This record gives sequence, structure tokens and C-alpha cells, in this order.
Amino acid sequence: MSLHLVIVPILLPLLVAALQLLIGERRRRTTLALSIASCAGLVLACAALMHAVSVEGAQAAVYRIGDWPARFGIVLVADRLSALMVLLTSVLALALLPYALGRWQHRGGHFQPLLQFLLMGLNGAFLTGDLFNLFVFFEVLLAASYGLALHGSGARRVSAGLHYIAVNLTASMLFLLGVSLIFGVTGTLNMAALAELIPHVPERTRALLHAGAALLGVAFLIKTAMWPLGFWLPRTYAAAAPAVAAMFALMTKLGIYVLLRLGLLLFGAGAGPASAHFGSAWMLWGGMATLVAGTIGMLGARDLGKLAGYNVVVSAGTLLGAIGLQQSAVTAGALAYLVISTLAIAAFFLIAGLLASDGDDDTDDTLSLEPYEQPGETPANESLYAQEDESRVVIPAPIAMLGLSFSACAVLLAGLPPLSGFLAKFALLAPMLDDAGRGAQLLFALVVAAGFCTVTALCRAGIQIFWVEPERIFPKVRLTESVSVALLLGLCLLLTVWPERPLHYLRDTAAQLHAPGNYIHAVLPGAEVAP
Amino acid sequence: MELVLAAAIGILAASGVWLLLRPRTFQVIIGLTLISYAVNLFIFSIGGLRTGADPVLHEVAGDVAQYTDPLPQALVLTAIVIGFATTALFLVVLLTSRGLTGNDHVDGEDGTP
Repeated sequence: MSLHLVIVPILLPLLVAALQLLIGERRRRTTLALSIASCAGLVLACAALMHAVSVEGAQAAVYRIGDWPARFGIVLVADRLSALMVLLTSVLALALLPYALGRWQHRGGHFQPLLQFLLMGLNGAFLTGDLFNLFVFFEVLLAASYGLALHGSGARRVSAGLHYIAVNLTASMLFLLGVSLIFGVTGTLNMAALAELIPHVPERTRALLHAGAALLGVAFLIKTAMWPLGFWLPRTYAAAAPAVAAMFALMTKLGIYVLLRLGLLLFGAGAGPASAHFGSAWMLWGGMATLVAGTIGMLGARDLGKLAGYNVVVSAGTLLGAIGLQQSAVTAGALAYLVISTLAIAAFFLIAGLLASDGDDDTDDTLSLEPYEQPGETPANESLYAQEDESRVVIPAPIAMLGLSFSACAVLLAGLPPLSGFLAKFALLAPMLDDAGRGAQLLFALVVAAGFCTVTALCRAGIQIFWVEPERIFPKVRLTESVSVALLLGLCLLLTVWPERPLHYLRDTAAQLHAPGNYIHAVLPGAEVAP
Repeated sequence: MELVLAAAIGILAASGVWLLLRPRTFQVIIGLTLISYAVNLFIFSIGGLRTGADPVLHEVAGDVAQYTDPLPQALVLTAIVIGFATTALFLVVLLTSRGLTGNDHVDGEDGTP
């Protein structure tokens, strides 16, 4: 099945970003309108794509660029998982736009075009069907993310950004080494062709193939922030502007996506006895270590930004462990958890940003929970961007809004009933009980314990913020900012009320992932693979 | 030839890693550059080493075994361009950090005042 819709999520943000660069920074309303149009268009296109690949009996949609046959040309593949991820990306971006409207976009140049480039890179990485283009799209999104991480400047941001860039450049080098080793052994980089070839790789080069795959895996584990490769994450995310950090919450999920995709496609059950389930034990135990490290960090976090950052680590650890189990039912639950935790963490970053700011002045410290010495901060130069501001309307009773959203976030992140966080965690944990393996049982215990620690950490933070100092003056919250938070949390609420169809979709997605035959047949119609 | 190339890649990568772990930003960026040279040479060599073989087919193609694999060369070209761009971006951040903190330590502060 071929349809042009597949390339829209890549082309649309690219064109819009180019236009925005041409229009320039001064015409802020035009750039903004373009951004909104692009994100809304993306949501529609991705929803249509999702519909197209999920109708009864539909195969993955394949787009051959230049109509060259796969193996020789470059293909984009949209199956259920890719469609889900691009939809999540564009929904998140659309929900974040109102937040970025007011203060944040004026703090540095080119916020909107960078965001569009980030979307292009993310969508491309989710849709591409070969490893080298995965690298290219990764670099596109990383280059945009470097700019966004530094958005607003300031010593803290630049020093965190420096580490972030150095770590990611090193990871890219590992990525390239892995890709070239795999190419050297198999002679192709097309994922479907690789999946077809791997069972037939001769024994003497199989070790090289595994080395390449392991290097590739390490590169993605760095981006997923697996312990001990993830020390860069909480600091960078806490230092980034809230809207940017919320978008970054999706970027660790990109690592998860690739590990899930390649793990099941290349090293699933059909990869032959020597290669089947290669690396899955590493993901399982690494995920558990990450979960423990993230939980400890969360309990020790002393400001809200770090707390949110460690929540990202906890969620990445949970997902890594779950996909390491390589069972269809667990994968379906993991996908549900991925969606909910991304939305909830994004909302949490936004709330942390709102609580830290004091209304009209744009200080960018994250709110510290306990008084401790903070290095002196030089505020960024505001005069350049301080003129017109689209959103001066503030909402009444900010404390009610912030308090309610904070507790909703806490309930979602900890996975307590009645919100959808509980449904997702239940879908993730219930199938683990049927597993007699020691890894699954330990992971079950750890996820439950991490949920308990999340409750503790967030309750403590909530008490510190809302109850301890009665005379604390709460910041003014603008209407646009509350719209973003409300959109994200409302989406989670919607998934609480109507979980049936999404969960059904995710179950089918997991089933499709665990039977890679149809992916391979969609890309290479004549391929001979075990179903 | 294999030995020379392997030694070159190994030495470049080793010095790159050592420099990457140093505390000064300038050393870090030189380290990253050396590692990327090593990686580029590695990609280039992955299609097999041949002297005097063309990557592009002639008008009459003849025996394909007489050609060298063109794909790694295309890959290495892309990798060079991307690596160059990201290194340049890193350089800008490095200079900004130097300007903001007043020293060239990777953490923005070294023990000496």
C-alpha cells in the first residue's frame, strides 16, 4: 500500500520552518499563525494516517521516495506504531504552542522554526525505513534540540547544553560505527531487508553483526538515558525552558521507539536461534537499574525541574524493562504507559515552569523546594524582546488551577486510580503476573515500588509548595499557559473516560510488532520470511 | 594497507577518547573531531579496501567485481557533512560558555578563582 500521506509529517514542518525563516523574527504573528497551521495540519494528517493503517486488514503504508524499489531506494514506512508516535508528537506540539506564545518565545531567536525542525526530525525518525536515514533524521532533530535547549541563554543553560551536546555527539559516533558494522556484514541498511537477511548471516560474521547492533543499541540507550548512561538528562531538562523540556519528554521516547522497533524486527523470535532476543536481557536489567536510579534521584531532587527530569528517567526505565521482556501483552501495556507518561510529564514540566516564574518578570530558575545555595544567576537580557506580548490575560484563582493540575499530574505519574495513568500501569503490569520469569517478577515489584516513591516525592513537593508557606504569593497564570496544561491533562482525562478503542489499537499494534512478517512484506513484496 | 589503516583508526580513536575526557572545552572539541575522523575512516573502509578501483560504473559496465562499493563513500560523505555542522554548532556553544563563565572548564568553573 502506498500513499502520499506518509511523507506529509516530514515535508509540512520543513516547508513551514523554511517559510518562517524567510519571514523573519519581526513578524511574530505571521510566524505564529504558520506554526499553529502547521501543527494543526500535522495532527490532521497523522490522524488520517493512523486511520489508514488501522482499518481492517491494512498493511503498513510504504512510501518509496522517487519510486525506486526498496533495497535500492529510500522508503518511509508507516505502520501502527509509527502512526501512533507521529500522532503523539504532533498532538504534543500543538498543545505546547499556546504555552510558548507569551514569555518563552521572545527570550531568544527562532523559537518557532527550531520547533518545526524538531518536529520534522522526530517525524522522520519515526517514519523512516532504513538505518542511515534514521541517523540523518536523528541529527536533524538533535541540531534543532541543541538550539532549543539553549533557548533563552544564561550560564546554567549553556553549561547544561554543553554537556548535552558533547554526550549526543559521542552517541552519534557510536551510532555511525554500529550502522557501518551492520552494513559491512549484511550489505544493506534497509530495516526490512536486514530482518530478512539476519537469519542467514554466516556464523563467522555473526559476532560482528552483534557488535554493530550492540553499538547501535548503546547509542539509543544513551538517548533513552539508561543508567549509567543517563546522567546528562535531569540537568539538561531542568535547565531548558519549560515548553522545550515538555517537548524533550518525547525525545527519550524516540530511543524507546527505535529499540522496540529494531529489537522486534531484527532480533525477534524469527531471527534464528543465534540472534533471537539479542540484547533483550540488557534492556530488561538496564531498565530496572534505570528505574532504581531514577527513583532515588526523584526522592532526592531539590527543585521541581529536577523532579520532573527524574520522572522522565523513571518512565524510560519502566519502558525499557517492559520492552526487554518481549511479550506482546506487555508491549501493549508499555505503549499505553508511554502515551500517558509523555503527556503527564509534559504537563508537569509546564506546571513546574509556571510555579517557578513570578508572573511578569521572567526569571528562569526552577522553584527550589528547600532553601539551599543556588549559584548566582545572571538574568538574560530582556530589553530586546520585551515589547509586545500577545497574552496578557491572566486567569483568576491561579492557586486553584495550579494545585488541581499538580495533583492531577501526580495521580497520573504515580499511576493511581481513577485517572488513565492507573489504566496504563494496570495494562502494563497485569500481563507480567502471568510470567514466571524472575526478571518479570522483579520488574513488577520495582514498578510498583517506583509508583509508591513517585507518590511520596510528589506529595512532599506539593506540601512544600502549596501548604508550608501560607504567605507565598502565587504567580499570575496567563490564559494561554493554562490552556496548554488543560489540553494535556484533558487529553489524559479523555483517555480515562474512553480507554476502550485506544487500548484495542495498542493491542493490535503490539501484535503487529511481534509478527514482523507483515512489515517486511509491505516493504519488500517478494521477501521470503517466516511469518 | 589494512594494517596502516587499522592503526590510523585506532590511534585517532584512542587519542580522541583521551582528549574527550579532559576538563578543557578545547580539548573536548579536538577529541570529538579526532573521533569523527576515526569513524569516517572506519565507514570508508567498511566496503573493503581496493586501490585503483572505480566506484562509478563505466559506459560498458563489465565485471562488477572490478568496482569498489560506492555506498560507503556516499555514507561517509553524509557523515562528514553532518559531523562538520554539529561540530561547528558545538564550537559556538563552547565560545558562549567561555564568554558567560569566564573560563574554559567544561563545568564552567575550575578550582582556581
